[in-house]
Amino acid sequence: MSNRSEILTTNNQQPTTRYLRLSGLEPLIVTPETNFINVGERTNVAGSKKFLRLVKEEKFEEALAVAREQVENGAQVIDINMDDGLIDGKEAMVKFLNLVIAEPDISRVPIMIDSSKWEIIEAGLQVVQGKCVVNSISLKEGEEQFLHHAKLIKRYGAAVIVMAFDEVGQADNYDRRIEIAKRSYDVLVNKVNFAPEDIIFDLNIFPVATGMDEHKLNAIDFIEATRWVRENLPHASVSGGVSNVSFSFRGNNPVREAMHSVFLYHAIKAGMNMGIVNPSMLEVYDDIPKDLLERVEDVILNRRDDATERLLDFAESVVGKTKESKVDLSWREEPLQNRITRALVKGIDQYIIEDIEEARLAASKPIEVIEGNLMTGMNVVGDLFGSGKMFLPQVVKSARVMKKAVAYLLPYIEEEKLLNPQEGDDKGAGKILMATVKGDVHDIGKNIVSVVLACNNYEIVDLGVMVPPEKIIAAAIEHNVDIIGLSGLITPSLDEMVHLAKEMERKKFKFPLLIGGATTSKAHTAVKIDTQYSEAVVHVNDASRAVTVVGDLLKEETSQGYKKSIKDDYDVFREKFLNRSSSKTYKPISAARRNKFKIDWKTSEIVKPNTLGIQVIDDLDLNLLLPFIDWTPFFRSWELHGKYPAILTDDVVGVQATELFADAQEMLNTIISEKKLKAKGIFGLFPANSVNDDDIDVTLNAVQGRDKEQYTFRTLRQQLERREGVADYALADFIAPKESGKQDYMGCFCVSTGFGTAELAAKYEADLDDYNSIMVKALADRLAEAFAEYLHKEVRLKHWGYASNEELSNEDLIKESYKGIRPAPGYPACPDHLEKLTIWDILNVKETIGVELTDSLAMWPAASVSGYYFGNPQARYFGLGKIKDDQVKDFAERKGIPLEKAERWLAPNIVD
Amino acid sequence: MKDIKEILKERILILDGAMGTMLQRYKFTEEDFRGERFKEWEHPLQGNNDLLSLTQPEAIAEVHRKYFAAGADIVETNTFSGTTIAMADYYMEDLVYELNYESARIAKMVADEFTAKEPHKPRFVAGSIGPTNKTASMSPDVNDPGYRAVSFDELRVAYKQQVEALLDGGSDLLLVETIFDTLNAKAALFAIEEVKEERNIDVPIMVSGTITDASGRTLSGQTAEAFLISISHIPILSVGFNCALGANQLVPHLEVLSTKSEHAVSAHPNAGLPNAFGEYDETPDQMAEQIKEYAEKGLVNIVGGCCGTTPEHITAIAKIVENFAPRQF
Repeated sequence: MSNRSEILTTNNQQPTTRYLRLSGLEPLIVTPETNFINVGERTNVAGSKKFLRLVKEEKFEEALAVAREQVENGAQVIDINMDDGLIDGKEAMVKFLNLVIAEPDISRVPIMIDSSKWEIIEAGLQVVQGKCVVNSISLKEGEEQFLHHAKLIKRYGAAVIVMAFDEVGQADNYDRRIEIAKRSYDVLVNKVNFAPEDIIFDLNIFPVATGMDEHKLNAIDFIEATRWVRENLPHASVSGGVSNVSFSFRGNNPVREAMHSVFLYHAIKAGMNMGIVNPSMLEVYDDIPKDLLERVEDVILNRRDDATERLLDFAESVVGKTKESKVDLSWREEPLQNRITRALVKGIDQYIIEDIEEARLAASKPIEVIEGNLMTGMNVVGDLFGSGKMFLPQVVKSARVMKKAVAYLLPYIEEEKLLNPQEGDDKGAGKILMATVKGDVHDIGKNIVSVVLACNNYEIVDLGVMVPPEKIIAAAIEHNVDIIGLSGLITPSLDEMVHLAKEMERKKFKFPLLIGGATTSKAHTAVKIDTQYSEAVVHVNDASRAVTVVGDLLKEETSQGYKKSIKDDYDVFREKFLNRSSSKTYKPISAARRNKFKIDWKTSEIVKPNTLGIQVIDDLDLNLLLPFIDWTPFFRSWELHGKYPAILTDDVVGVQATELFADAQEMLNTIISEKKLKAKGIFGLFPANSVNDDDIDVTLNAVQGRDKEQYTFRTLRQQLERREGVADYALADFIAPKESGKQDYMGCFCVSTGFGTAELAAKYEADLDDYNSIMVKALADRLAEAFAEYLHKEVRLKHWGYASNEELSNEDLIKESYKGIRPAPGYPACPDHLEKLTIWDILNVKETIGVELTDSLAMWPAASVSGYYFGNPQARYFGLGKIKDDQVKDFAERKGIPLEKAERWLAPNIVD
Repeated sequence: MKDIKEILKERILILDGAMGTMLQRYKFTEEDFRGERFKEWEHPLQGNNDLLSLTQPEAIAEVHRKYFAAGADIVETNTFSGTTIAMADYYMEDLVYELNYESARIAKMVADEFTAKEPHKPRFVAGSIGPTNKTASMSPDVNDPGYRAVSFDELRVAYKQQVEALLDGGSDLLLVETIFDTLNAKAALFAIEEVKEERNIDVPIMVSGTITDASGRTLSGQTAEAFLISISHIPILSVGFNCALGANQLVPHLEVLSTKSEHAVSAHPNAGLPNAFGEYDETPDQMAEQIKEYAEKGLVNIVGGCCGTTPEHITAIAKIVENFAPRQF
C-alpha cells in the first residue's frame, strides 16, 4: 500500500496526492500552497557559536530557549546539529532531543536531525516520536551504505535529505547535480521502496561573487537543477542552506540580506520548497532598493560579465546600515484608550498608573475614568473571556491591573464626592455578598468568582470563610445587597446552604441566591435548596458563567424572565432526577453485610509494621514534596481543564496553562527558598481487628502513655443493589476480623502545608494581587496532597514496610497503582466526617501539630489532608453511594449518638 | 481462506470486546492465577491476566468463543502485557515467548472451529501488542524531563520477541494497540518489519492509538493527524483509535483518520467513560446506537469494543453495522 503513485481518493472524494508529510506534536504537510518551509538553523553547533557554547557548558535550559525562540519566530521545522570535535555528539543529541520533546511549545514542530555521523542520526531517530527529517545521507561512501541507511531511515519513519554528492565528489555544476539526484532517486525508490515524497534533495548552494569565474554559475545552476528535479523526479522536494550563497559578503548584512531574498525568490519559483534560512537575515524582496536589486540579480542570475565588480562597488555604499534591535513597545505610541485596553487584556501593570493619570487629567470627573476608560477595557476582557478567547488566569491578571488603577483613582473620587455630592453615588451595577459557609474553610473558587464579578463592575461584600448563617443574614441586610453567593467544598456545607436558604425564606428576602463549590451540584441545588426558598436559586459552578448569570438576574430587562425560567428549569430537573433515583433499589444492611468483600485471611499476607505507634514530622523540607505534586487538579482549580502535562500543549488552553504553570513554578521557588510555608504531619500505625462486620478496633499500646487504649472506627457499607457477584464494600472488610485469630494493623494520619498560607495570601491581597493570593492557596493545597502521597510512600516503604521494594513513578502514584489505600473521611469511601474526631483523638492532632477541626469538621489550615492507612493488597478505593435508614440507625447506635445527629451528618448519603 | 483485505472492501468487520472485563466475571483467586505450575512462584500473580492463557486456558478459549459467537470476525489474543518489559512486574520475563505462543494458539484453535462451521465467514486472530507500562518519549520524573525509563532498543527487542511468538502461535494479523506514546508504537512497528524481513513474510498490521482526553491528543501530546503521519511509514492494514474514550467522544478523531488516511479505519472504544466506581456502564444498546453514527457517516471499516464491553455489546454492534456499507478507501 505504500508505493502507489497514482492519486488516491478517500470516501470523501478528497484527492490525497503524495505530499511530504512530517509531524511533531502537530502535522506539517508540504503542499504547493505551503510555498516554502522555513527550517530554523540556530540550534546547530556548526552554525551558531552561542549554541555551541551553551551545549559545551551544558546550559541546556538556555539552549532550549534558543530552540523555543526559533519556533516562536516562525520556524516550521528545527534543524539540530551537534557535530563538534569537542563534544560527544551522540550524547548531546540524545540529551537535547529528550529535553526538546518535553517542551510542547518546541516539539510541536517536526525535527531535522542533522549530522554527518550515522550513529548520531540513528540515536536521534530513536528518541523522537514524530516524523523527522534526516539531514543527510549521500552516495559519497557508495551505494551499499547509502541504501543501508535509507532502509533504516524508512523503518524509523523519517524523511531524508539527500546531498548531491557521490563517490566522485560534490556536484558543482548543473549536469552533476541532476546526474546524482536522478541516480539517488532511482535507487531509493526502486531498491528500498522509499516513498518518493519523503525524499528531499539538497543540491548544494555555493557562494557567488567570489571573484572566481568558475563560481559565477553557482546560483543559477542550483536554480536550474532545482527546476529539473521538480519536473523529472515526481514528488521529491528541494532544500538547501541559503546563507552560503552570500558568503563572500560577510560583514555586509544589507547586501547579504538582499542576496538571500533574491536567491530565494528565484529558487522558490523554480520549485525549491524548503530551506535553512535565518529569518532575521532576509530582506523583503519588494523592499530591496531598485539599484541594489538590479545588481544582486545580475550576480545571482549571472546576467553580466562584470556583475560581481558592480555589486562590490555598490556594496561599499551600503555598509554600516544596521538594523535596530526591537523590543516591541510600539503599543505605547497608540491612543490612550488603546493603551489602557491593552494593559487590561494583557495584564500588564507596568504603565497603568501613568496612563490612568493621563486619563484622569483628561476627564471632568475621576469616576469617569472607571466608568469610561477602564470599563471599556474590561468589557473587551469580558467579551474575550465569554467567547473563550481568554482564560481565567489571564482574567485574574487583568483584575490585578484593574484593581491597581482603581486604587490609584479612589482618593480622587472621594475628594470629588466631598466637593460635589451627587445622588446615587453609591449605586453600582449591583452589590453581591460572597461567603464560604460555616464550618468550611475553602475559598479559592469563591475568590475567583469574586474577582471576576468585581471586574464586571459589581461591588463585592466578601465575608470570608467559616461565616455563620446569622452573620450572612445580618450583613445582607446591612449592606442592602442584591445577591447572596454561597460557596463550600466539604459535604456538610451542603446542609449549611440548605439551612441558609430556609433562613432567607423566613426573613422574606427577595433577592437571588447563588450556590457554588466543588461538592455542590445542580441536582442538590434543585432538590434540596431550591425547594426551601421562593426566590431564584442558581447553581453556578464556574466563574465565566457567574458573570452572565448575575447579569441576567440583575438587569431590569431580563430579571423577571430569567428568574422564572430558572425556577421552571429546576422544577423539571428535580422531577426527572427524583424519578431517576427512585429506580434504584437498596438492600437491607444485614444482606449487605452477608455480601461483604471477603478476603481469604488464611492466605492473605499480613505485614507487621516496622514501627508501631505515633510519629511526628515537624518541619519537612518542602523540596521532598515536589516530585509528588499532581498538577492536573491545580489547573482545574483555575478552570483550565485537561491532564497535565498534555494541558500545556492543549490547542485551546495550552498557552494559558503554560504561562500559569511558569508563574506557579516561580511562586513555588519563592515559597521553598524563603520557607514561606511549613509542612507538619503526624501519623500512627496500630494493631487493629475488625469486629461485628463494620467496626474496626484499634489498640494504642502502653507506648503512648494514654489513659484510653481502645478506639473504634465505624465504617459504612454499600447498600445499592447491583449485579450479582459484586461485593458490598465497607472499609472494615480490609482488616482481619477478630475471630480470624490473626493480628492485623491499620494507620491514620494528618498532614498540613497550610501553616503560613493565610499570612502570605493576606500579604498579596493587601497588594491588591488576587492572582498571587489565589496562587498561594492553590499551591498549598497541591503541596498538602503531595505530602499525603509522600508520607504514604514512606509508610509503605519504611514505617510499615509492606512494600519496601516498590518502584513507582509519579504517574503511577496519581493513578493510585500502589498497594494499600489511604481513604480520607469525607471522601467517597467514608463520607462520614465524624470519624475525623476519632483520628484527632487517637493522634492528638490539634495539640501536636496544630491542625484544628471546624464546626463542620473541615480542617484548618485548609491545606491539610487526613485519613486512614489500609495495607492489605486487596484494599481498594470505592464509593459508598447512598445508604438506607436501617444502616443510619445502626450507625447511630454503634457510635452512641442521637439518630438526628447521625442523620444530619450523613444526609448527603441517605436515600431519599 | 478469503483474504481479509478483500472482505474489508465488502463489509464492516467486527473486532471482539474486552478480555479483562470478561475474565473478571470468573473471579479468579490468587490460587487460580497460579494454577498447579506456578504454585510456588515467589511473587503474587493475581491480576496477571496474560498468565491465564497458561493456567486457565479453558477460560480464555471460552471468552474467545463467546465473542466469535457474538459475531466477531477478529479476536485479539490475550497478550496485552506480553512483553519482557510489562512482565517484569511479575518476574515472568522468561515466560514471554510461551505466553504469546499459547495465547495465539488458543485463539487460533477457536477461530478454526468457527471457520470450519461457517466457511462463508472466516474468523481471524489478531496478535495483541500492548503499549507496555513504560513510555519512550516521556519522563516519569517531573524533575528530570530528559530522563527516559525505557529506550527504543529495549522496546524493539521486547516487541520482536512478542511478535515472533504471536506469529509462531498462529496469529493472522498483528494489532499494535492502545498507543499512548507513538515512539513505543514505532519501536513495535520497527520490530515487526525486522521479523517480516527475516522470515520473508507479509502480515497485515493494525495500528490503534489512544486519545486520552478531551484535548484530542495522545498522552504523548500528538494530534490525531500527527499520530497518523508518524505511523504511516510502514504498510499497514488499518489505523484507528481505542480505549480511554467512549464511542461518542471518538467521532471527531475518527473523522480526521477517515479523511486523511488511505488505510482502513478501525475503532474499538470503551463502554462509555468509567463511573464513580470505576465501572463502565454503557449498555450494549446505548453503545451500538453510537457506533451506528460511525457507520452512517462512513467513517470505519473495523469496529469492536475495549474496556467494559462484553459479548452482548459485540452482538448489538454487529447487528447494527450489518446494514451499512464499509468506508471506501
